[in-house]
Amino acid sequence: MPSQAGLLPVVARATAGARRRRAWAVQVGFLLMAVLAVLCAPLVGPTAISLRQVFDPTVAFADNVDAQIFFIARLPRTLAGALVGGALAAAGVVLQALLRNPLATPFTLGVSAGASLGAMLVITLGVPLTLAGVPAVPVASFVGALAAVGVVYGLATMRRQGLSTNVLLLAGVTLNSLFSAIILFVQYLADFAQSFQAIRWVMGNLDVSSYQPLLWALPMLLVAAAAFARLPRALNVLTLGADSAAARGIDVLRTQRLAFISASLATGAAVALGGPIGFIGIIIPHLVRLLVGADHRLVLPASACLGAAFLVLCDTAARTLLSPMELPVGVITAMLGGPFFLWLLVTRGGGPR
Amino acid sequence: MLRADGVSFAYGDEAVLDEITVSVSEGGLLGVLGPNGSGKTTLLKLLAGLLTPARGEVSLDGLRLHGFARGALARRLAVVPQETELIFDYTVLDVALMGRYPHLGPFEFEGPGDLDIARRMLDATGTAHLETRPFRTLSGGERQRVAIASALAQFDTDVSSPGRVLLLDEPTASLDLAAQLDIMALVARLREEHRTTVVLCTHDLNLAARLCDHLALLREGTLAAAGRTDEVLTRDTIAGVYGVEADVHRHEATDRLTVLPLRTKESA
Repeated sequence: MPSQAGLLPVVARATAGARRRRAWAVQVGFLLMAVLAVLCAPLVGPTAISLRQVFDPTVAFADNVDAQIFFIARLPRTLAGALVGGALAAAGVVLQALLRNPLATPFTLGVSAGASLGAMLVITLGVPLTLAGVPAVPVASFVGALAAVGVVYGLATMRRQGLSTNVLLLAGVTLNSLFSAIILFVQYLADFAQSFQAIRWVMGNLDVSSYQPLLWALPMLLVAAAAFARLPRALNVLTLGADSAAARGIDVLRTQRLAFISASLATGAAVALGGPIGFIGIIIPHLVRLLVGADHRLVLPASACLGAAFLVLCDTAARTLLSPMELPVGVITAMLGGPFFLWLLVTRGGGPR
Repeated sequence: MLRADGVSFAYGDEAVLDEITVSVSEGGLLGVLGPNGSGKTTLLKLLAGLLTPARGEVSLDGLRLHGFARGALARRLAVVPQETELIFDYTVLDVALMGRYPHLGPFEFEGPGDLDIARRMLDATGTAHLETRPFRTLSGGERQRVAIASALAQFDTDVSSPGRVLLLDEPTASLDLAAQLDIMALVARLREEHRTTVVLCTHDLNLAARLCDHLALLREGTLAAAGRTDEVLTRDTIAGVYGVEADVHRHEATDRLTVLPLRTKESA
């Protein structure tokens, strides 16, 4: 039987100060990991550049080729990876606590299926890729995602007062299969080129060529992050069950609503930006819990940071491993993450049950 | 004093409780008894303010429960469910600290005072040595005691603060004999040392006879009998409520009633 929760030791009779310092150390450590990943990933690519050259203050930006490659060619994509990875991991943490189900992912409630259907319809109906300067596929996928979670939420609140997490879960799973069937149907009717394009979208792709898509996603991610910041303590108590949480003075319905809406918003924005990249939303939260224990005040920010670092790493691998050919990043996340997670599960014994 | 005054409750169209009036005075211990489905847990949830009565009202020291702010109520009234299941590996101390929720702001970290209270409550429930253990690796009895510690940590510790109420739902239902005795001793000690008011639901008539000074006996959502333990726990009321013929006599060593169920009335 493991004598402690988390690989980072929990000290018996630790003082409040020691506990707080441990929490800060964890936060700073994970944040550094994310920053390091974002700074190093753009250095990798067909043209080698150096970080010293990039930030050399003596050379003007117009003359600094390294800085141009770093900031214009590679950083947008790296940041996209960080935002998408962080958002999916954080949304996974929140949904697992909300549904009291360690197997929940950001896509459990139908977000990815809704988003895929939206994207698919735009691709196969031959809508022009930009409408009045607004890119059609991301917008359609975001709308599809929100429509799906809207339906799921409506169903979960219809039967009785409050939010039934069971209905939420079942409605999400059902909607996922229903939408998948519609997607297959649309695909069946589509021609070969459209179908191929749609499949590539579903595999996930972070190849943004400017900062513009990031700026579209950023406001929604910031709103979600502000909501996430209010959640950790309540999520801790909510894992005791709705009644126990209410008995401790939590407004359960309000907390569940905030968690559901913010996680959906983060997921919707992430999918619109990078496609439905799987695995991050489940593997990262569990990995972080194995490392630091279950307290959501640590798990939520640490997962966001590790999710960001992990997806940046995977995307770097995706664009360099078989260069100049590019691998779909969703394939990499699962192929890198899966075995590693299984190894952890077996060696740690305890693990998520 | 915690008092339910003529409370009724229904889940949808299905009436569960009808015009129940019970009360427990400060420092008292009320046992709520009754067969499966008689409405014990629903009554406990009404007393805890987790459900709102369709009719009637619940009050704590004369103030309507629903007039309390959530946090203010949680600092005076705590509930321990029948079983506490966690889905992640929180440590025992983490769980005890969850009781401090109503005392902290949304962004606040527990201070030395909160930690001290959580540890004192673990101490009081005999679980201090388990502090760093994951809650999920504990035995049923240890979990129950940590859950009680977490509930106790909710209370204001100020000596001048008004009475505190602890509501326990089947606290010994899934525990072995030694763990049952531990919990009983703990509840008795809480009353003596902290003057905590306790309401507990149970199936165990002997546990109720041993611990409680007042009983409320429910049958199909109505109050079949209520009053002092030795008035309520009689052959006749047990036959009427449970449909069971039982022997009730006074155990000499403990001077408490004991109930020995003999046979169902149909088989008699």
